[in-house]
Amino acid sequence: MHILKLIYKNAFRHKLRTFLTILGVTVAILSFGLLRTVVSAWYAGVEASSASRLVARNSVSLVFPLPLSYKEKIRQIEGVKGVSYGTWFGGIYIDEKNFFANYAVEPKTYLAIYPEIIIPPEQWATFIRDRKGAAAGRKLAERFGWKIGDIITLKGTIYPGNWDFVLQAIYKGRDETVDETAFFFHWDYLNEALKKAGRLWTDQVGWYMIEVKDPNLAADVSVRVDKVFKNSLAETLTETEKAFQLSFISMTEAIVIAIQLVSFLIIFIIMAVVANTMAMTARERIGEYAVFKTLGFGAFHISGLIFGESLFITMAGASLGIVLTFPAAEIFARELSQYFPIFNVERETIYMDIVTSLVVAFIAALLPAWRAVNIRIAEGLRRIG
Amino acid sequence: MANRPPIVEIRNLFKSYRRGNQTLEVLSDISLNIDDGEFLALMGPSGSGKTTLLNLIAGIDSADSGTIKVGGVDITSLSETDLARWRANNVGFIFQFYNLIPVLTAFENVELPLLLSGLSKKARREHVEVALRIVNLADRMDHYPGQLSGGQQQRVAIARAVVTDPSILVADEPTGDLDRVSAEEILELMERLVHEIGKTIIMVTHDPRAAKKAHIIKHLDKGVLNAHPQADL
Repeated sequence: MHILKLIYKNAFRHKLRTFLTILGVTVAILSFGLLRTVVSAWYAGVEASSASRLVARNSVSLVFPLPLSYKEKIRQIEGVKGVSYGTWFGGIYIDEKNFFANYAVEPKTYLAIYPEIIIPPEQWATFIRDRKGAAAGRKLAERFGWKIGDIITLKGTIYPGNWDFVLQAIYKGRDETVDETAFFFHWDYLNEALKKAGRLWTDQVGWYMIEVKDPNLAADVSVRVDKVFKNSLAETLTETEKAFQLSFISMTEAIVIAIQLVSFLIIFIIMAVVANTMAMTARERIGEYAVFKTLGFGAFHISGLIFGESLFITMAGASLGIVLTFPAAEIFARELSQYFPIFNVERETIYMDIVTSLVVAFIAALLPAWRAVNIRIAEGLRRIG
Repeated sequence: MANRPPIVEIRNLFKSYRRGNQTLEVLSDISLNIDDGEFLALMGPSGSGKTTLLNLIAGIDSADSGTIKVGGVDITSLSETDLARWRANNVGFIFQFYNLIPVLTAFENVELPLLLSGLSKKARREHVEVALRIVNLADRMDHYPGQLSGGQQQRVAIARAVVTDPSILVADEPTGDLDRVSAEEILELMERLVHEIGKTIIMVTHDPRAAKKAHIIKHLDKGVLNAHPQADL
């Protein structure tokens, strides 16, 4: 007989109570894991940012465009390797609930700056040739069942009218951090249509993407870009792609904080559940612990029994919760792909699950163990019978 | 036997408990010798201090003053840790309510004290089997306490008490929870332990029939010890 066997047998003395506690921990760890994944998904754009990419936008607001003529000027600035541009199109596919990000970009230069976006060569060639051509992410195409050659009509919100595109390419991400739910088309197509319709904001772009020769030069290049356009009609604000993404997140920071608070509240609840189980367990067995002490077992063994049982119950629930997090996250990702283009359970989340469970197991057992170790034998034995 | 030093020597032992603001004197100036191989019964009314005295001899409670020597070791001077180690090696316990661990089999319950001994698994098995044979329960070693009668559970408890071959056995009302037949069996077993294996037993009991089995009976009344020869009963 081994102490580990006794821990295992003790854990299942009250099968229903142990089962419910394990279930509680499972649900809590599952919820915690999903909420942490939501937070990670919120920051997915930041995580996927490249240190060698800068974004230059109108210093007043992202709503205001920048002249197309800036492209050449930016390209000549020292430290700049490549420049491209894009405009937020904001088109709606059939219904508003089908939201996905859609941009007008200069494909050749834009995708050169984003090597993580992978398009098969033959699709790439057709896309480049076709002015009405568009490229969609793999997940987006799967979501709507699009195939190469399909006509996709977006209803313009910023640029009124129905806009037809031919799906010429479906891109994949180089790794799982790449958003595969975006939709790109030729900026020229948008610009020419605006010109034809005699609209405002022709030859204007939403932002410039700048690739720097060396990530260490990013700060210097940012300053140089903004200096070039200082006192112009459209001054620029240039920042790293990461800072640009973070500026979006800061707008929704309260939600992220709320989610984080809820996730920590869940930890507190798990702790209360396990602590309650362990407190009941220790109270019921206080006489047995006195018997153990009588037989010569010391604090190490007695606290080992209680910590071991707490650890067993918590880790059983946590393991189940972690295992269930993956299929649950897949369902989450599928159902909420319009809100969270990247929804992957990160390794850090699993580590947090494990560390949290260990901490919960330890804290939940602390007081019962202290009581069991410090009970006077004679007093403990009196509680039997 | 008279030439050998007593296995238990108690001198001027005092013990009191605090209840609120009051101090309750439980044992008052107890001095007692118990010889090796003796079967001693402690009797007395409830609250007379007999269980307290037993606990002090067994090293599971501490005295206010006085000394207790068991096998030449002054246990009143030992630290908590040393006392625990001493108990594991020198004292076997038999309780009124058996105090077996319900999730462990008879074998595993008897094996418990040996987990602290450093013996190999094989050696532990041999010791446990011998102990269970002594109490005639070798055929029930895989049974859980809940599957055994009260008398059988107490026999398992006795096997657990003797498995480490301790110097003394302390028994607190060992027949208090048993029917007459089972009680008689337990008392006969305890007699056998004394006569055949040479164990020293100190037993607290209310039951005169149980006390009759002892060589010596000591009465405690309000914390004061009086000797009563067995013939008095």
